[in-house]
Amino acid sequence: MLARASAEGQTIRLRGGGTKLDWGANRAESRIELCTGRMSRIVEHNAGDLTAVLEAGARLADAQERFASAGQMLALDPPLAAAGSSDAAATIGGIVASGDSGPLRHRYGAPRDLVLGVTVALGDGTIAQSGGKVIKNVAGYDLAKLFSGSFGTLGLILSVNVRLHPKPAGTATALGSGAEPGTVAAAALALAAAPLELDALDIAWRAGRGGVLARCGGANPVERSRRAAEMLGAAGLEDVDVTDEDEALWERQRAGQRSREGAVVRVSARPSMLADVLRAAELCGGAVVGRAALGVSYVEVEPAEAERLLAALPAGAHGMLQDAPPELRSAIDPWGVQEGPALELMRQVKSRFDPTGVCNPRVFVGGI
Amino acid sequence: MPASALVSRLEAICGDEYVLTHPHALATYGSDGLTQYHQTPLAVARPGTAEQVQAVVRVCFEARVPFVARGAGTGLSGGALPVAEGVLIALSRLRRILSVDLDDGAVVVEPGVTNTAISRAVSPTHFYPPDPSSQIVCSIGGNVAENSGGAHCFKYGFTTNYVTGLEVVLSDGTVVELGRDDPGYDLLGAFVGSEGTLGVATRIRLRVIPVPESVRTLVAFFEDTSAAADAVTAIVSAGIVPGAIEMMDRLSIKAAEAATHAGYRLDAGAALIVELDGPREECTARFDHVMTLCTEAGARDVRVAQSEDERALIWKTRKAAFAAMGRIAPAYYVQDGVIPRTRLSEVLGKIDELATAYGLQVANVFHAGDGNLHPLVCYDSACEGEPERAEELAGLIVKACVEAGGSITGEHGVGVDKKRYMPDMFSEPDLEAFQRLRCAFDPHGLANPGKVMPTPRLCGEVPGPYRAHPLERAGVAERF
Repeated sequence: MLARASAEGQTIRLRGGGTKLDWGANRAESRIELCTGRMSRIVEHNAGDLTAVLEAGARLADAQERFASAGQMLALDPPLAAAGSSDAAATIGGIVASGDSGPLRHRYGAPRDLVLGVTVALGDGTIAQSGGKVIKNVAGYDLAKLFSGSFGTLGLILSVNVRLHPKPAGTATALGSGAEPGTVAAAALALAAAPLELDALDIAWRAGRGGVLARCGGANPVERSRRAAEMLGAAGLEDVDVTDEDEALWERQRAGQRSREGAVVRVSARPSMLADVLRAAELCGGAVVGRAALGVSYVEVEPAEAERLLAALPAGAHGMLQDAPPELRSAIDPWGVQEGPALELMRQVKSRFDPTGVCNPRVFVGGI
Repeated sequence: MPASALVSRLEAICGDEYVLTHPHALATYGSDGLTQYHQTPLAVARPGTAEQVQAVVRVCFEARVPFVARGAGTGLSGGALPVAEGVLIALSRLRRILSVDLDDGAVVVEPGVTNTAISRAVSPTHFYPPDPSSQIVCSIGGNVAENSGGAHCFKYGFTTNYVTGLEVVLSDGTVVELGRDDPGYDLLGAFVGSEGTLGVATRIRLRVIPVPESVRTLVAFFEDTSAAADAVTAIVSAGIVPGAIEMMDRLSIKAAEAATHAGYRLDAGAALIVELDGPREECTARFDHVMTLCTEAGARDVRVAQSEDERALIWKTRKAAFAAMGRIAPAYYVQDGVIPRTRLSEVLGKIDELATAYGLQVANVFHAGDGNLHPLVCYDSACEGEPERAEELAGLIVKACVEAGGSITGEHGVGVDKKRYMPDMFSEPDLEAFQRLRCAFDPHGLANPGKVMPTPRLCGEVPGPYRAHPLERAGVAERF
């Protein structure tokens, strides 16, 4: 299909589960939509090697159920992908193509850190593989990383090889709250520097109050969570608590990354800028969830406030519009990218991998 | 540009004393850690700042002269082998630690800083996990180029998981800043592990993490590698992720023990080092379990390090294994194949068979958790035909790894040494896709040419990206 479209000068819109279709710039009309829904097989699950091969259209939630039966998981927990949930439409291809992640990114990284190899169809229909199926491999260029977060603009991901991890025997979460952004941020940073090997370390903020959530997984999660809780208390947080029934707490963190009516700005900043990010969000009436130790925050605001939020972010922080009404995505560049050598290099990459501009035209940075 | 004019321009940039052209001086840079290959470059430039690196690269670009960046020269795949008629850019003078910010868990360094110096700069609270065996001398710039691993990467990951920002000089002298969470393509991820073929990193931002609170280390001795492999499978299947899990076979134990006198058992067919680290509750709970699993898999003797000194000695013996091979054979050829861990016994058996058939000794020292083998094929250059036989045997071992579903290299890189095996792992369209990336970064093929790709390739013209016709943009016409 890609080869034919390329020869005929058509463009194709690539899609997976359709959970993030409106991310990026407003799309140019494409007459053809290519949906990966029927390529949904779990091709391999090598439990002994902690690896798997998934077709792009496989729903992450379905794959997780399969891995869980062997006490394993793919350590990716973006929104709309939780096993057992009715709206878990996100596919592995879509998650990798958008680079989306959830709280587990704290310990395990983003899709690019868990994908061992990919098979892709390039803009002219060439099918190519890179990487491998073993967890350690440096042969050839790492095209899996290049395609992670490329929003389908270089070609279609057909299948991905992923690394799995043991599913923790149990989990528990320490939490505490406060009304002062500086105190909340400092408590989170204190935990980030502690040798507690947390599975996740999140912050949340809404309407003048926020909190820190620290999740421990393993053989002794409650005991370790108590130590985390003590540190939160020592850092000045209130209502400090530990719970081992923590799934709903984390589902709320994931859900906070998305918005149906509002706008979500994904902020990347140095972790030490967290307090200022919270203050900027508060100023604009925003709600925040985020990965404290990574400096990644998702701020939900009314669409009318998005521009003010972007302006209020601390110097050195970068804001990127994700969920937003089409009018807003026309009014401001969702990517917030400046012209420069890096963008020029990205255009070179695009022109080599998709020379005729077939795949998802103009949704990406700088009109790519 | 005549060579003399090129050298003058390099001297003007770096200073006369930092441009080497005398044959004796050039010879020092003729090989990296893989001494089978040797090539004399036109000149060696030793810039002292990122700006000088940029200027050197720009001069090379203007003269259309290829360049090769070199860190400490410890690489084992010939990745820093010079190109005749090219400039070798030695980065050893760029060794400043530019900033340490523990609140952000970040350090920014120049490429010539050694791997160990990074952990030292953030100690005692933090550390930088990737730890290649050459860590006390190898440079972080080289680690970035090769995506280096080490003994602890089964749990902690590789260089690529820790690089959060790069300043890169492209082959035409343009400087680009690449950040891990920047919008757009993950060019940072594509650059790490590209073996110097996409440009030269001049500034590197790294994530560092808290030092684990507790570390427990044991060495278990088994009858043979198959029994030790069973123990590895049992440990991993129990959901335990050791900080490191390393195996040595009979021959490598013999060599390493002779070097360090650590008390490794010479009657054992395999030694398995297992190190657990992390929060104390987890470590304690898991460590007893690991000991039980080793015993159940048939360990004859399990020794637990009782002090930091004992732990250091266990590791010293493991890390000395390569160097100690000199006691067994005058030379060896090291391979770096990877296999799915569950095929360990099978592939080790195959290596044994091949070694017997070739009449050569093969010692095995490897990262058992991630299936990264380091077979050391021993030979004597004085015996006619033996180096060639060793190389052939090493090649068959690599192919056995690929056939088992693995890779030709886990951490040493392709370089010049393994590029001939690339077609065993990748088809022509795969290689062509790699070349597209190469051409986007370096259309003239000046950055470290002759590495990674099995055959030389040129970049074609870029077909211009599709641009909408003005009538289309105005909504008057539509493209069919």
